[in-house]
Amino acid sequence: MLTAKSTVGIVGRMLILLVLISILAFMLVVNAPIDPLTSYIGAESTLSQDARDEIAEHWGLNKSAPERYLNWAKNILSGDFGMSITYKRPVISIIRERFSASIILMALAWMLSGILGFAIGIIAGLRRGGVFDRLVKLFCLVLQSSPTFWIGLLILSVFAVSLGWFPLGMAAPMGKLAAEVTLGDRIYHLILPTVTLTIVSIGKITLYTRQKVTEIMRSDFILFARARGLSTRKLVWQHVMRNISLPAVTLQFSSFSELFGGMALAETVFSYPGIGTATTAAALGGDVPLLLGISLISALFVFSGNLIANILYGVVDPRVKGGGNYV
Amino acid sequence: MENKIVLSVNGLSVAFKMYGKGFARKELRVISNLNINVRKGEIIAVAGSSGSGKSLLAHAILGILPGNAVVSGEINYCGTPLTEPRLRKLRGKEIALVPQSVEYLDPLMKVGKQVSADKAAVKAAFERYKLADSAANLFPFQLSGGMMRRVLCATAVVGNAKLIIADEPTPGMSKDLAGRAMKHFRDLADAGAAVILITHDIDLALGYADRIAVFYAGTTVETALASDFTDDSLLRHPYTKALWRAMPGNGFRPTAGTQPYAGSLPEGCLFAPRCDKKTQECTYGIIEPREVRNGEVCCRYAS
Repeated sequence: MLTAKSTVGIVGRMLILLVLISILAFMLVVNAPIDPLTSYIGAESTLSQDARDEIAEHWGLNKSAPERYLNWAKNILSGDFGMSITYKRPVISIIRERFSASIILMALAWMLSGILGFAIGIIAGLRRGGVFDRLVKLFCLVLQSSPTFWIGLLILSVFAVSLGWFPLGMAAPMGKLAAEVTLGDRIYHLILPTVTLTIVSIGKITLYTRQKVTEIMRSDFILFARARGLSTRKLVWQHVMRNISLPAVTLQFSSFSELFGGMALAETVFSYPGIGTATTAAALGGDVPLLLGISLISALFVFSGNLIANILYGVVDPRVKGGGNYV
Repeated sequence: MENKIVLSVNGLSVAFKMYGKGFARKELRVISNLNINVRKGEIIAVAGSSGSGKSLLAHAILGILPGNAVVSGEINYCGTPLTEPRLRKLRGKEIALVPQSVEYLDPLMKVGKQVSADKAAVKAAFERYKLADSAANLFPFQLSGGMMRRVLCATAVVGNAKLIIADEPTPGMSKDLAGRAMKHFRDLADAGAAVILITHDIDLALGYADRIAVFYAGTTVETALASDFTDDSLLRHPYTKALWRAMPGNGFRPTAGTQPYAGSLPEGCLFAPRCDKKTQECTYGIIEPREVRNGEVCCRYAS
């Protein structure tokens, strides 16, 4: 179980990670060829040089990069994430709003891909070499090697453009007042992005489960279970499930980073107003405060996924439970 | 020795379908023309060197060979053929396998559950081997070597098995511990079970088994009484004699050559290439087993 010592260790590692991530993200944005001032006031602006200098002075753009970083870090420690240049609102409120939209998308795709991938992987693994298994393998390998945005565009052009079954994008019907948007509208708009993200994430878990099932079915303890008279169905329920559930769940938790990346691309394709589209907007607009805020939140998100995976092993696996030194 | 035969295996061959070069398929024969029988109340030790296919014999009897195995020959249990539907009823009940190591237990399942779903039966079996009831709630990795051995033995007694197949139950054990494990099997046989003990430790087996089936390159070349292993003149097959002479207590003399591997088996007698008594007669056909002095031997010249 979690001890005081291991908790301190986890928190320490998390802080180091966040500091490093923020420095890296800051360096990238500062060195990007986008001038925040120009993107703020527009390239065609007739603003005088004096006025420009004044804004730069106000934002602290004339200071050296390390100074600006430290200034930002000081504000973060007091809970102030700053103002977004793109949205002209506090970063924290944008992140809160956008993240809650994205979390629904990610949670749905995560669960769907996990459950479906696990089930398909078990069936394919048990029938290794059969027609179903070969189809699954081909399908997964194609998915694994095709880019998310391409799959998104494909789904969009088939189901939204050609067939017209689903809306082209966004999270609600265009032209409708926010107050009039129903839950049905939201679900309707969520379907295609969710399907895309599910399809993109399903390959890994399916192939992993399939491989694991084959390995387990060839193991000595399955042989002995057969010798004890267990039927294949019992073998699967009693031994195979027991031995693959934990690694499969762990894999799902540790794939938060892929999930996040896939989500950002899927959102962009479907113009879904989540954290992914906000990231793109922030990057294009040289919006340092928002970009840094999002970097921190996403790092925290991925970190917690990995942490859950680690802790799960310690809590569930009897071989690790006794040891204690797992995080 | 007038007891009834529980299991008899006649002319058993096991081959694996393999892919050769390109699309060519070939069959790799690992057990050929094997004969063995075991009676109620006796231990027959199947002794042979590593890689001679001894474990596959156990798997063939239990019908748990992999899907690409091709089996021919006869296996009779209590006088009637051991068919798949029959096996399905008998496996784990009347016919039990005692595996060789902790690897044969699911690492994530408590051992009690793996011995049997019947808790009362587990309790009785554990009592018999002086295992605490609480041991049933331990995971395989939590057991000591000796406890593990007793748990594995318990899997054989839990269903009152009439036929127990123990696959290499003693490797890696101290002489003392191995002796105790053997004693368990002796007790089971004395209580009426038929025991097939697969081992490469012929020395150890001699102290506990009634008969020894000598296994060579996937077949039994001789079945001798354990008491025959006191002098090589009592033994029948040239390989058995060579084996006896190679034992540390009996001269420690090796025989030139090695056991042929599956895929490169010679025609006729499998031991012929290494035998100093071989003649033209030994290099073709199947050498059928015959009775010689209360034992069985597959050699044209044994007397």
